[in-house]
Amino acid sequence: MTHNNNTDSNSLKDISYEIRKDIIRMLAEAGSGHTGGSLGLADVFTCLYFAAMQHNPENPQWEQRDRLILSIGHVAPVLYATLAHAGYFPKEELKTLRQLGSRLQGHPGRDHGLPGLELSAGSLGQGLSVAVGMALAAKLNRQTHRIYCILGDGELQEGSVWEAAMSAAHHHLDKIIAIVDRNQLQIDGKNSDVMEIEPLADKWKSFGWIVTECDGNNHSEVLDAIAFCKKQEKKPQLILAHTKMGKGVKEIEDDYHWHGKVPSKQQAEDFILHLTK
Amino acid sequence: METYINKGNKSTKVGFGEGVFAAAQHLDEVVVLGADITASVGLDVFAKNFPHRFFSLGIAEQNCVGVAAGLALSGKIPVFSTYGVFAALRTADHIRISVCYNNLHVIIGGAHAGICVGPDGATHQALEDIAVMRVMPNMTVISPCDATQTAVLTKRAIENLKGPVYIRFGREPVPDFTMEDQQIEIGKGQELCSGNDITLIATGHLVWEAIQAAKQLREQGIHARVINLHTIKPIDEEIIIKAAKETQRIVTLEEHQIHAGFGSAVAEIVVQNHPVKMKMIGINDRFGESGKPEELMRKFKLNADEIFYTVSRFLHDNL
Repeated sequence: MTHNNNTDSNSLKDISYEIRKDIIRMLAEAGSGHTGGSLGLADVFTCLYFAAMQHNPENPQWEQRDRLILSIGHVAPVLYATLAHAGYFPKEELKTLRQLGSRLQGHPGRDHGLPGLELSAGSLGQGLSVAVGMALAAKLNRQTHRIYCILGDGELQEGSVWEAAMSAAHHHLDKIIAIVDRNQLQIDGKNSDVMEIEPLADKWKSFGWIVTECDGNNHSEVLDAIAFCKKQEKKPQLILAHTKMGKGVKEIEDDYHWHGKVPSKQQAEDFILHLTK
Repeated sequence: METYINKGNKSTKVGFGEGVFAAAQHLDEVVVLGADITASVGLDVFAKNFPHRFFSLGIAEQNCVGVAAGLALSGKIPVFSTYGVFAALRTADHIRISVCYNNLHVIIGGAHAGICVGPDGATHQALEDIAVMRVMPNMTVISPCDATQTAVLTKRAIENLKGPVYIRFGREPVPDFTMEDQQIEIGKGQELCSGNDITLIATGHLVWEAIQAAKQLREQGIHARVINLHTIKPIDEEIIIKAAKETQRIVTLEEHQIHAGFGSAVAEIVVQNHPVKMKMIGINDRFGESGKPEELMRKFKLNADEIFYTVSRFLHDNL
């Protein structure tokens, strides 16, 4: 049995809205964590878990499931909130984020037994390699599931990402769909000020990937981009998902100071009150 | 005194390749990742026989480690090997997070270990890999004494262990003196020579040198116990504590930095359980250099004659 997918754009918007509310609340409760990127990716995660991916919350280890590798472990809150909404564990547990004994570690840790978590990760530049390994195994087993890998744009400054990119193309791993959270920001400021990564599309193309772009905060654009990727053969695919850091909370949108900052509980209620769909 | 016969010199990397191949013949899950030096780490036989289970990944060691993690998460048993300096050090963070934190059954082969890589010089002589690998949670660290034991332990590690494994081996042919049907257990040291005057605890091919040094000591009336610790982690506490209690003096031997390395691992057990005087023989906080393996073994005081001399002086100074 696979998850009951839902491609209705309005209901996806509702889900993203609820996920964002949970992200804000859980981060305010935790008192530390990464707000900006988590909010920015809520729409991409909604599209993946509620429309694009084959998975089964009743059977998280289902052999034929699509895998999601979160290479940027610091946006764990968006993964946790999405998994809870998809039914992997009770939403009540979200408020234990970052607390002693919680299954919701600050960065994802499989050793704590959270269902639906594919990889312990948090050191940048490693996730795409793991996706390559999973895709090689699937190819060897003649399986057809997909491996989605969420990368940060700042993360692309890590050289090992490009080692992985080269190997995915060399081995024709066409079941990999990598999604770059292209919000243009990182801790020290704009990517272009910290370390220029453009021309990104050309870089990936020259590494043998098929590249498409979309507004990462527009559900139908994200779904169209994924649908485009699914039609491709022989080459791995990359989606440059242009997102807004802090999306949904007008006063923090596109502000890199909110990469690793959280609202106070009072501020959180204010954010939620003014949260846009 | 127990005698051991050298069946002929053989490189431990050949043993590694044999162990992987033996396990792969009955375990379809075994896959190998190539990092451009497949033959020089002994994995060419596997690549030739199982081409569909061999993945060439080029000179990109960090990616190799992450790919191995992905394969292991998908039920495969990946073997990744390159020179120890790259396998353990260049990739350290990838091993720490993608492999060890995820606690995955990935076999990492650290080739060209120690000073005996010889003419290639300091850049390629792995002298820090034991320290970095043994500090990683969940990691098992294996350092067999000869080619036959490398084959036996490699096969067994692939078949029986569950988590990450680092297996250390060398390029230079060294005495091959253990038996194919040897009784051996990962995590349990072997007492190869009995004696109660002092204990020599060695790892890797220095075990052979320790046995030869013990012979020379015997001629002087000194009965040295020789222990082969082929598993550095988990370490055999029992055999070390027993040696400390019964012989009162311990000398450790490693082709590695003595700081944070094998001797330090033994000392951690000794000082917490039965403190006795120790002498650590190994590389003392410096890089290696070019030279013939036997010249370097002499220069760094790692051959049997030098070990005999160092142990004699240690005993004389600590009567």
